[in-house]
Amino acid sequence: MLKPIFTFLAASLLLVGTASAETVKLALIDPLTGPMAAAGQPAFEHLKYAAERINANGGLNGNKLEIVGLDNKVNPQESLVQLQKAIDDGIRYVTQGNGSSVASALISAIEKHNRRNPGEEVLYLNYAAVDPAFTNERCSFWHFRFDANADMKMNALTDYIADNKDIKKVYLINQDYSFGHAVSEAAREMLKEKRPDIEIVGNDFHPLAKVKDFTPYVSKIQSSGADAVITGNWGQDITLLVKAAAEFGLEAPFYTYYGASSGVVTQLGDEGVGRIYQINEYYGEFEDPEMAKRQTELYEQSGWDFYYLRLSTMLDMLKKATEKADSIDPVKVAKALEGMEMETTTGKVVMRAKDHQIQLPMFISVMQDDMKYGAEGTEYNFKKVARIDREDVSLPTTCRMRRPK
Amino acid sequence: MLEIVIFSTLNGILYGLLLFMLSSGLTLIFSMMGVLNFAHASFYMLGAYFAYTMGMEIGFWPALLLAPILVGGLGALVEKFGLRRVHENGHVAELLFTFGLAYVIDELVQLIWGTVAVAYREPDYMREPLFTLFGTDYSIFRGVVILIAVLMFIALWFLLKKTRVGMMIRAALTHGNMVGHLGHNVPRLFMGVFGFGCALAGLAGVIGGPLLATEPGMAVTLGPIVFVVVVVGGMGSLIGAFYASLLIGLLQTFFVAIDASIADILNAFGMNVDPYGEVTGITLASLAPMTPFILLVLILIFRPRGLMGELEP
Repeated sequence: MLKPIFTFLAASLLLVGTASAETVKLALIDPLTGPMAAAGQPAFEHLKYAAERINANGGLNGNKLEIVGLDNKVNPQESLVQLQKAIDDGIRYVTQGNGSSVASALISAIEKHNRRNPGEEVLYLNYAAVDPAFTNERCSFWHFRFDANADMKMNALTDYIADNKDIKKVYLINQDYSFGHAVSEAAREMLKEKRPDIEIVGNDFHPLAKVKDFTPYVSKIQSSGADAVITGNWGQDITLLVKAAAEFGLEAPFYTYYGASSGVVTQLGDEGVGRIYQINEYYGEFEDPEMAKRQTELYEQSGWDFYYLRLSTMLDMLKKATEKADSIDPVKVAKALEGMEMETTTGKVVMRAKDHQIQLPMFISVMQDDMKYGAEGTEYNFKKVARIDREDVSLPTTCRMRRPK
Repeated sequence: MLEIVIFSTLNGILYGLLLFMLSSGLTLIFSMMGVLNFAHASFYMLGAYFAYTMGMEIGFWPALLLAPILVGGLGALVEKFGLRRVHENGHVAELLFTFGLAYVIDELVQLIWGTVAVAYREPDYMREPLFTLFGTDYSIFRGVVILIAVLMFIALWFLLKKTRVGMMIRAALTHGNMVGHLGHNVPRLFMGVFGFGCALAGLAGVIGGPLLATEPGMAVTLGPIVFVVVVVGGMGSLIGAFYASLLIGLLQTFFVAIDASIADILNAFGMNVDPYGEVTGITLASLAPMTPFILLVLILIFRPRGLMGELEP
C-alpha cells in the first residue's frame, strides 16, 4: 500500500535532484576601481558577456553561470579578504588576472584552504597573472593558467626580434615586482642565447602603478640609443609610458606584453602607428565573423573591446570540463580540465596536465590605422604581423605537482 | 650625458611647476583658513575633466580659461555651504569634511566619465616640437605649460603683495578678527580664497590632464605628493611651496636618470659594501618615486617647520 507512495516520493526527490539546476558562481577578484581599474573592468564585462553565451548554450552542465565581481585594488591583502568573502558565500570558483603579486597570495591561500577543508575545495582560474613560477616551482593542482606565461611570451617575442637584424640595442623597462623581474630576466637570457650580438643598453624597474610622469625614463631610453624597447608594463603604466615616448619623438619601437591595453590607442593616436607591438593570444583584425560579431556586440553592450579571447576560451573549457565530469564539483572539474584540448578561432589549445599551463598559438601584432574594427571606438587596432605556433611557444616545466588522492 | 642633464632639468622643472600650481592653492587655503584641504587634488582632477568636456565644444583655449573658473566657483560653493557650517565644530570636523569630499568627487567622476582614462589631449599643433635637441623633441605644449606656470606665479605674487585684496588676505592671515572689526567681510574673503585656491588646482588640472593622463586615479596619485610639497616648503609659505615643488620635481627626474645603486655611491665615498646586496643593490632609479617621501621624513626630522615656514607645526 505504501510502496507506490514511497516510489513516488523517491522519484520526485530524484527529479528534484537532477532538475534543480544550481547557480555556479565565479568570483572575479581584480581591480575594479582605482588606477588599475582599466585592467580589471574590461575583464569583468568580458566575463559577463561570455557567461551570457555559456548560459544560452545550456550553462555549465545544465547549471547557470554567474560572475561576481570583487574589487581588490591590486592589493594582495585586500584580495585575501575578498577571497574569504567569496568562500564564505559558498563560491567555489575564483578567477583573477591582474598582478602576479595578487596571484601569488591567492595560490598560497587557496592551497591552505583546500588542504584544511576537504569537500569545500576552491578552484583558481588564472587568466593573466603570468609569473612563470606559478606553473614551475610553485605549481599547484588548484591553479589553472589560461594565458601564456611571461617566459612563453618572451620566447615568442625574442624569436621575432632575433629575425630582425636591424635591432642591435635593446632597452628593458618593467614594473618592480615579481612579474616585471621575470620579464627582464627572460629577455636577457633569451636574447643572449638567440642573438648574442644584441646589447642590453638599459634595464629599469619602476614601482607598480605609482609613476605618473614617465618623461625621465623616456629621456634615458632616448640617450641610450636603443633600437627597441621591451616592456611587460600593464594598466596605466603602459599607457603613460608609451604616451611619454610618443610625445618626445622616441623612434624606437616598443615590444610590449600589453600594448593593446585599454587607453593606449586613445592616448596615442597616430603616434602609435607602426610603433607599438604586442605579443598576445589574439589581435585586432577579427577575420573570423563570429569573433567580429562578439567584438561589435561587446563594444555596444559595455564600451569595451573584445580583447580577452582567453576569457572566452577559459569559460568554454570550464563548460566542457563540467560536462565531461558530469559535475560542477571543483575537484572533478579540475581533473577533467587536465590535458583538455579545444579548438579555438586561432587553433588548437591544450591545458597541459603536468603544470596546468595552457599551450596555445601566440601572435605578434602592431598598431595600425584604418582598421575595419577599431579599438576603443577609434580607427586604430592591432594588426597581425606574425603567428608563433603552439609548439614553438611551448617551454618545458619543472613542476612536480601534488595531486589530491 | 649632457642631453640627460638638459632634459632631466627641463622635465624636472616642468613637473615641479605643475606641482607648484597644485600646491600653491593648497598652501594659500591652509595659511588663511587653517584648513588642510584633502579634496584639493580632487579639484585638480575636476579641472582636467571639465576642460576635457568643454574642450570638445569650445576648443582648448577657452576651456583653459573657463574650466578653472568653474572649478573655483564649485570650490566657493563648497566653502559657503559645506566648510563654513562645519567650521564651528573645529578643525577635525573640517578635516573629515574635506576627506569625505575627496571620496565623493572621486566616485562622481567615475560615475560621469567612467573608470578609464579619457582622451583629453592638447591641440594637434601644440604637439609639434618647439625645438629638437639630440634627437629628442620638446613639444610646444610643454613650453606653453612652463610659460603659464611662470605667469601664474608672477600674477599670484602681484595679487598678494601689490593689491588691496592681497593686503586684506595677508592681514586676515594673522589678524582675522581685526580685519573683521574694520568692516571687511571676512567670511566672504575666506570663500574667495578657497574658491581661488581651487581654481588654481583646476588650472593645474587643465594642464596636467594632457601632460599626464586624465583618469579617475589622477587625484589619488598626485594628492600625497602635494601634501609633501606643502610640508617641505613650510606650511603656509608660498615661496616655500615654490622651492619645494622644484626641488621634488628635479630630485625625482634626476634620480631616474642616474644609473647607480646605493652601493656605488657609498663605495665612491670610500666605504666598502656589497654592490649586489639586498639593500645596497637598490638602484637610485627605483628609489625615484619614493624621493618626495624620503624628503618629507628628513625635513620633519631636521627642520620641522619646513624650508621657509614661519608657523611651528
